Amino acid sequence: MIVNDVVCPFCGCLCDDLELEVKGDRVVRVQNGCSLAEATFMNDTRLPAPIRRTTTGWKEIPYDEAIKETADILKDADRPLLYGWSSTHGEAQSVGVHIAELMGAVIDNTSTVCHGPSILAIQEVGHPGCTLGQVKNRADVVIYWGCNPVEAHPRHMSRYTTYATGFFVPDAQRDRTVIVVDTRRNNSSDIADEFVQIEPGGDYAVLSALRAIVRGKDSVIPKKVAGIEKEQLIRVAEICTKAKFGAIFFGLGLTMSRGKYKNVRNAIELTDELNRHTKFVISPMRGHGNVYGSNEVFTWMTGYPFAVDFARGIAFYNPGETTAVDILRRGECDAALIVASDPGANFPRIAAAHLAKIPTVVIDPHVNATTSLSRIHIPCTAAGIDAAGTAYRMDGVPIRLKKVIERGYPDDAEILKKIYDRLNGSKGP
Amino acid sequence: MTELLVRNACVIDPIRGINGEIMDIAIRDGRIVESVSDRAEMIDARRCLTLPGGIDSHTHVCGTKVNFGRYMSPEDMRAGRTRRRGRMHVTSGYYVPTTFGNSYRYSAMGYTTLLEGAMAPLEARHTHEEFTATPHQDMLANTLFDGNWAVMDAVREKNIQKTAAIVGWTLNAVKGYAIKLTNPGGTEAWGWGEDLTSIHEPVRHFEVTPAEIISTMIRANELLRLPHSVHLHCNNLGKPGNYQTTLATFDLVPDLNPDRQTLYATHVQFHAYGGGTWRNICSKAEEITRSINNKPQIVMDMGQIMFCRTMTMTADGPMEFNLHCLHHNKWSNHDVELETGSGIIPVTYSKKSAVNCIMWAIGLELALLTKSPWQCLLETDNPNGAPFVKYPEVIGLLMSKRYRDEECATLHADTEKRTSLHALEREMDWFDIAVMTRAGQAKALGIINQGKGHLGIGAEADIAIYPIRTDSLDPAREYRKVVEGFQKTRYTIKRGRVVSRDGEIIVDGANATFWTNARIPEDLRVDNDPEFIRRFQEFYTVRMSNYPVQEVYLPRGRCVETESFT
Repeated sequence: MIVNDVVCPFCGCLCDDLELEVKGDRVVRVQNGCSLAEATFMNDTRLPAPIRRTTTGWKEIPYDEAIKETADILKDADRPLLYGWSSTHGEAQSVGVHIAELMGAVIDNTSTVCHGPSILAIQEVGHPGCTLGQVKNRADVVIYWGCNPVEAHPRHMSRYTTYATGFFVPDAQRDRTVIVVDTRRNNSSDIADEFVQIEPGGDYAVLSALRAIVRGKDSVIPKKVAGIEKEQLIRVAEICTKAKFGAIFFGLGLTMSRGKYKNVRNAIELTDELNRHTKFVISPMRGHGNVYGSNEVFTWMTGYPFAVDFARGIAFYNPGETTAVDILRRGECDAALIVASDPGANFPRIAAAHLAKIPTVVIDPHVNATTSLSRIHIPCTAAGIDAAGTAYRMDGVPIRLKKVIERGYPDDAEILKKIYDRLNGSKGP
Repeated sequence: MTELLVRNACVIDPIRGINGEIMDIAIRDGRIVESVSDRAEMIDARRCLTLPGGIDSHTHVCGTKVNFGRYMSPEDMRAGRTRRRGRMHVTSGYYVPTTFGNSYRYSAMGYTTLLEGAMAPLEARHTHEEFTATPHQDMLANTLFDGNWAVMDAVREKNIQKTAAIVGWTLNAVKGYAIKLTNPGGTEAWGWGEDLTSIHEPVRHFEVTPAEIISTMIRANELLRLPHSVHLHCNNLGKPGNYQTTLATFDLVPDLNPDRQTLYATHVQFHAYGGGTWRNICSKAEEITRSINNKPQIVMDMGQIMFCRTMTMTADGPMEFNLHCLHHNKWSNHDVELETGSGIIPVTYSKKSAVNCIMWAIGLELALLTKSPWQCLLETDNPNGAPFVKYPEVIGLLMSKRYRDEECATLHADTEKRTSLHALEREMDWFDIAVMTRAGQAKALGIINQGKGHLGIGAEADIAIYPIRTDSLDPAREYRKVVEGFQKTRYTIKRGRVVSRDGEIIVDGANATFWTNARIPEDLRVDNDPEFIRRFQEFYTVRMSNYPVQEVYLPRGRCVETESFT
């Protein structure tokens, strides 16, 4: 059977034009998708049943038992942490927030190790952005800063920017100027019209220099800024101010290098400045398929996009204190529920080590590095493969993920509801 | 079967012409009936003021930009937080509260139906998700068409039928309720960082003017027989001298519908400025209301501002950028491909600012100078002019000249010179307020037939009982009691259930979402039009098949079918 217009749930691009061939409970062919999409749908090896750690290895247990034990672990905890959420749908995220509220837990999502600094910058200065179609149809200048879309978001350029035919940009390759800013050459810089190679840690200075030039203060710029010739900076600034519509996309090269959220703030303020000359927008390249959805769901339910602590009864937010890594690093939390993510692979060693020390439960379709730190792993559907639900694209556009096959797993939202019900006595959220 | 009897209610029900009668209200299974059995649960209203549930016909509570307002404002989330208590979830936020915060606070004030003022079609799913999390009010969504490429093409072709077909298809696809135009044409111009300054200035490339968009959409709206009229945020919002744009816009509006207005002009306070700069800005409320008083085909809402810190959020992207250039605070912008724009910035309305004081006075002047309260509804464009929790203060100001004078005495000295508020003696009565906060809204939105805005037999049992005794309270003198009384109902009844008592939410909500479905002849349907489909697939970044909002997002959807094209 052929299924059309399928949404790939893997990365923040949420490409929705895939064509899948399905045989029984397997996807056998992926058309239009990138290699990451193909792997997402085709190499979908699941944990067959819930498992519990024993003294010598793992033992399969029934779902009801796994759910009961998870509820018991959370019930016994003084400071539970509910972490992850970025690879599942909003329906599961919403139940997660209700559990956190009920338990007085901390709930955090993967922004904490990814675009958390971007959120902090936005909370200081705002976010001049747009949907991706606006860039596709209008942008004649595209800047990728501290990201490598060719590897990490392989269809970003062909669907939304460099190679995408837009209404006002009929000949994309000729009509668009692409600038790549990075500390080293990569696959993306190879196709740039202008490559700006910054010395590591120099982003803030370069952004400040560009802002100064755009404000007409180029006389204050030294001959070189973070390894970049003044001439190139002036050239780049001119490309920007002469653009009809410019778009900056940035990645972890900006958020997680020296300066962190201050880098992002500076980039946003450059965008703001450029809007006094022409039209300019800026957007983070969000990683996980529905990480932006977790920010959205958390925000309308609690007021904050990540790192929400319910211990005081109210929703409390203080990144650096209530962020998952910090809570683990301080050895503060005494139980963890990890949903749809892999902190075992991404967290600093000291934080991951604490996860191994405390009772940790994983709800995820796949075995991952966190499994080996956990006490219980409950497999579930994968949103966008065998479960439908809502995901938010990196630009905020909400898209319904499709269920394309049935594999007999329970939906993670269902598992979480059962945990909630056990914690709450009887009634649902 | 559940039954409830409200006894000794002092009812004001403007749609039925009832003004302060003491009566009983019988309710069965969520609707108002003639009588109930003696097993019915009983509430003694003790002759307190009893009104149909409040209706907000223009508020921003759900969707992409509202949520971004929360996202970018942890300082506001800290400003209003409550803990989980009984049936109530945790809430955060003062001027952009979380969905539960909005829902509980509106409910405590007796509001049972809300119209979200601006939903971008491409992001409609988000709005509906938040509707579901706003459980105590029935919801409706104004759907943005101001910069819609397909609509602008059809307008240029002067093709009203095609315009209607595009609108009808879109409303059905995104489960929207009505047509919203925000700075028509201007949001497309903002795609290039530009704006339009007159309703006769053409939009680049599309070669249509705001006047043409407005006129064609008004006719398309009537062709679709939509329950609400076109809902317009005029061009040039917030600019000194913009009253001329507003008057010229009003002059475009024919009288096409015997049951309601033909145009709903929203937050008109922001569109009633004289002068040419911020230094000489002045009130043109008299000119605006003279026009309104002569045009029964137009209904407006006040767009009252109140002195406080709040958040402005609108689809009017260029206006927000201009405001940002004045305020130098944080600024967010979010243009939506082929459809519309949006912007968000926080503002503080201060009594030390002459401009803010004049704005405050203009909103009140508009209400006091409009002869019929059915034509000037009470809103603050929540949260743009002020968060909705300020409505009771607005009511107090409208009912008491003394309250206004006391406030005016604390304002910037220029207020008196550049507005005429101090000269207005009018004090509104309870009936006027009932019109301006529910009956007028129900009529303007076209939801009287859905059982909203009145307490007649068969109406939905949405009722607000306020701790106010109209027989003994003099609103002109005891305005503080009026304000207090409207802040917290004794009972808010939603579809026959008491949902809020003395400000405390006591049950889980189960709202409904109203949307419109206009039947469009086969040969006009745009989803049969290969050119429409081709352009959609080529220029949107989502597939046409993935665009419509699935029914699962409206767990209690209420479709209003219309006999269009007849």
